[in-house]
Amino acid sequence: MLLITCPWCGPRDEAEYHYGGQAHVPYPERPADLDDEQWAAYVFYRDNPKGPFAERWMHSTGCRRWFNVLRDTVSYEVLASYRLDAPRPELPQAGGNR
Amino acid sequence: MAEPTDTSPVALRTSPLAHLADRMRTAAVTGARGVTLAERPFLTMVNLRLDPASEAADRVAKTLGAPLPRECGHTTASGPHTAVWLGPDEWLVLSEPPIDTAELRQALAGDPGSVVDVSANRTTLELSGPAARQVLEKGCRLDLHPRAFGPGRALSTTVGPVPALLWQLDDAPTYRLLPRSSFADYLARWLIDAMSEYRGPEVP
Repeated sequence: MLLITCPWCGPRDEAEYHYGGQAHVPYPERPADLDDEQWAAYVFYRDNPKGPFAERWMHSTGCRRWFNVLRDTVSYEVLASYRLDAPRPELPQAGGNR
Repeated sequence: MAEPTDTSPVALRTSPLAHLADRMRTAAVTGARGVTLAERPFLTMVNLRLDPASEAADRVAKTLGAPLPRECGHTTASGPHTAVWLGPDEWLVLSEPPIDTAELRQALAGDPGSVVDVSANRTTLELSGPAARQVLEKGCRLDLHPRAFGPGRALSTTVGPVPALLWQLDDAPTYRLLPRSSFADYLARWLIDAMSEYRGPEVP
């Protein structure tokens, strides 16, 4: 079970949240100019990194706000959580026992 | 000849847990491990949404008689009204006797925001007694220890599988649970079941 820190409510259990997929996927600037392949890439294609991944979560039983979480897809460690208007935080360089 | 009946809305309304009132009363446990459950029906609830930094927030606070809570878990009380924090721009105002929503709407004065009476959305369960915290801890993932949660605090969370607003009133401890009306039956039965353990002696 993940312990996710909501930027407004603080640390809460994973069961209080809903997952919303990859974060920072911008809507196409000129949607009318996109061909089918580019639309498909925008709608369906998502990164699948091994390591830190920025994703959207929603605190559905709490404040009902969307926010972003930086999660390590290998260790499932929640590295950071931040509001939608905040930029993706820079991770401290891997150190310690890594 | 038909008997004359009172057909005013207040006389006709039925609370979501009226059918369980007797079950809740007989489920009460007394003594050192006592816990009681009852419905407190028909609290007036007003959903309030506005920008907390706006002048409208000040006007609404003036109307309510207390500033709106700005932090998760906090409540502010003034007379019969309690404002509960639901989100950074969302509050639930609980009142008994009813609050005048027109007054709040007037305080909003056309600024972006909303004042909506949602009294029928939820009902209120009151769980009280020395064992009340233990009963809740069977199904609530929050830390309810006095160091983390206390009188005047309210959080939306889940109790068992039911999403509910959990509000602590005093140190008895007395909690108020506000589930959606349609989930209230399940939650009341869940609590009655959870309370039954405290009727018997403590199992070490």
